[in-house]
Amino acid sequence: MGVRQRAVAYSAALTAVLAVVMTVSAAIGPVYVEPIAVTKVILNAVAVPVGMTLSSTPVAGSPLQVPGIELIWHAPFSFGTERVHEQIVLGVRLPRIILGATVGFALATAGTVMQGFFKNPMADPSIIGVSSGAAVGAVAFIVVPSAIPFGIGLRGAAFVGAVLTAFLVYLIATQGGRTPVATLLLAGIAVQAFLGAVISFLQLYSGESLRQVVHWLMGHLGNARWGDVGVTVVLVPALFVIILAYGRDLNVLLLGEADAKSLGVEVERTKKILLVLSSVITAAAVAVSGVIGFVGLIVPHMVRLIVGPDHRVLLPTAALAGASFLVLTDTIARTALGGSDIPVGVVTAALGAPFFLYLLRSREVHSL
Amino acid sequence: MSDAHAVGSTSENTATNEDTTEPIVSVENLGVSLGGTAVLRDVAIDVPEGRLVGLIGPNGAGKTTLLRAINGTVSIDSGRVTVAGVDAATCSSRRLARLVATVPQTTTLSFGFSVRETIEMGRHPHVSRFGAMDDTDVAAVDSAMAATAVEALADRPITDVSGGERQRVLLARALAQETPVLVLDEPTANLDINHAARTLELVRDAVTNGALSGQAAIAAIHDLDLAARYCDELVLLADGEIKAYGPPEAVLSAESIGSAFDTEVSIGTDPVTATERVVPRATVPAGDTAADRYVHVLGSGALAREAIARLAEAGCSGSVGPIPAGDIAAETARLNGFRVVDAPPFRSLSTTVKDRVRSRCQESDAVVIAGEIGPWQQQLLRELDCATIGVSGGPTQSTEGSSAGSAGSADSVDRQCSIERLVGELVDRESA
Repeated sequence: MGVRQRAVAYSAALTAVLAVVMTVSAAIGPVYVEPIAVTKVILNAVAVPVGMTLSSTPVAGSPLQVPGIELIWHAPFSFGTERVHEQIVLGVRLPRIILGATVGFALATAGTVMQGFFKNPMADPSIIGVSSGAAVGAVAFIVVPSAIPFGIGLRGAAFVGAVLTAFLVYLIATQGGRTPVATLLLAGIAVQAFLGAVISFLQLYSGESLRQVVHWLMGHLGNARWGDVGVTVVLVPALFVIILAYGRDLNVLLLGEADAKSLGVEVERTKKILLVLSSVITAAAVAVSGVIGFVGLIVPHMVRLIVGPDHRVLLPTAALAGASFLVLTDTIARTALGGSDIPVGVVTAALGAPFFLYLLRSREVHSL
Repeated sequence: MSDAHAVGSTSENTATNEDTTEPIVSVENLGVSLGGTAVLRDVAIDVPEGRLVGLIGPNGAGKTTLLRAINGTVSIDSGRVTVAGVDAATCSSRRLARLVATVPQTTTLSFGFSVRETIEMGRHPHVSRFGAMDDTDVAAVDSAMAATAVEALADRPITDVSGGERQRVLLARALAQETPVLVLDEPTANLDINHAARTLELVRDAVTNGALSGQAAIAAIHDLDLAARYCDELVLLADGEIKAYGPPEAVLSAESIGSAFDTEVSIGTDPVTATERVVPRATVPAGDTAADRYVHVLGSGALAREAIARLAEAGCSGSVGPIPAGDIAAETARLNGFRVVDAPPFRSLSTTVKDRVRSRCQESDAVVIAGEIGPWQQQLLRELDCATIGVSGGPTQSTEGSSAGSAGSADSVDRQCSIERLVGELVDRESA
């Protein structure tokens, strides 16, 4: 079977798994909604654009009219559903589930890229300090909101912190136009340690808001609303498509940089692009969810054991598996202890680590 | 520009001048330094189409660096490297990868790609970012695998094949790249003698027939004999400079190789392939040394040859004769720097020859009798009062021809020993 066929077959299967996991997750909660009812509610909400009309909005206080285009939406399904179910599924559970899927998707993608990029099985999305940077931004916002300019909000602060940190680490590790991955790795670790100290310091003086800080640092998907989902849901798939286009380059980079160059990869440029893409996709995830560990580390490994090292297959499968994995663990996080939410980061680590250890023992991981 | 032209014309002189086409690889005034140390200085070579050029030289001579300058993986300080008219330093990786394919010395293959997937990576510069391999790509991979005989390994993970098989896989990857120039860094380092020869044969075929891939190849080769046998031209590098450049028979001289490798060597002709063969002379071991002895060897054939080789290895100087110039012992003697007293076969010894043999025997610390000696030689030994050691063939000696029993007549020989004991006997006799 060709690479493309394999990628498509695995992706189709994992998309089906994701759909099932999401539906089941939407069914489970303090109020149980039949999966059939969930499906009906979701299908009812599906709308497709079927046409458009020209509209014009009058500008206040002037005779000018601003022309615009309005899409005409059509909902193809109209099953009979209960109003309460609609509110629970669409208003409460689905935003959180979709956010979870997107964050899992992003973290698994970034983890796969980082492991290939660093040729290091210990690499994860936060290896060059993205998560620490996000944490500093978020914690600073919580503890000293006045320190964060431009009114960018908690998520904005986390996102900016993440991207700035990645950029800083890259600058530190680059000399004379070359960025050796070993230097990058060590610079990332050093910067993470430094930012860890900053976070500890901020926590010490956080007073009333300590609980909020700890909650954020543990990673959570709670209280997600459609408004929170928006940017991430658009940004992550777009970045993923670009990363996927570099799948073959990632394969060749595994051979080492000299080999990759002699096989036609523009090594430094490709490294830079991959770093930017995976840092931004991680930042987009971490900014909305806090630091959720383990997804980006173990999901790529688990998937690699099954589909092999070829990034053209590995990237989509790991991303979809990451999405399912995070939706699943978040469902456990919000239902396991009745009404109270466990931070999902706790669940991913608590469930993911033993499963990963089981895989390690049963199917010796001897290579990337 | 005029400067570059001058260099081009000088290097044309060193190359064989039957070919007047543009060189496919041209290196001019190349200077490269790594970590502040000059690794290559003023290196200039021109490789025309259809040539296999071997880079030889001691460890650290700059062979790999020169190859890396050609495949664009090292930045150069001065000079210019062009491949098919394209500047290797400034063109894009993708473009260069369609011109130069590389068989690396070592590579990190610590991941589970299959052999076939690894070879398919050779098509990377030919496939567009969003495209997939088409029939041309598949055909290139198939023929590269057939040429290197790795088809049977196709589905094995690259991590599971042996070092030699891995090297063939890397060669296949380079062939699949279908470039006009092939660069090989120690392609035979991990190969057995069969595959080493087959690999270089394959590269030479690719170069001369153009059927597979390369139209010219540059290979760093450690094994000087293999280099002599398969390369059209050799470049001898030492201390980052070209010490000799030309056809193998011109480059492989005892002086140039000796000084480049900082050791003594003998250059002979391989009796099987009739190409140059470089034999390093062992440095004299401490202790059982016979370095200051001068020994004359009487006799001929296999036993005399072995005696000379052992004496030379122990550091003795000496001579042999009377002996026909074409005798195998005479050849060994010349390669080891022993003097040879020529005597035409099937003729009685001339007075000049007799006088020379007599004086050699008188000068020598010991006379070694290896094999049958004629009546005149026996008479000579009785006349001269010199120390004599007779050697008999050991188990390693082939016994065709000369009788390997006792040498000479017993009355003219002081001591008798086996060939293995010869050097020991010589040293013992002195100290006794």
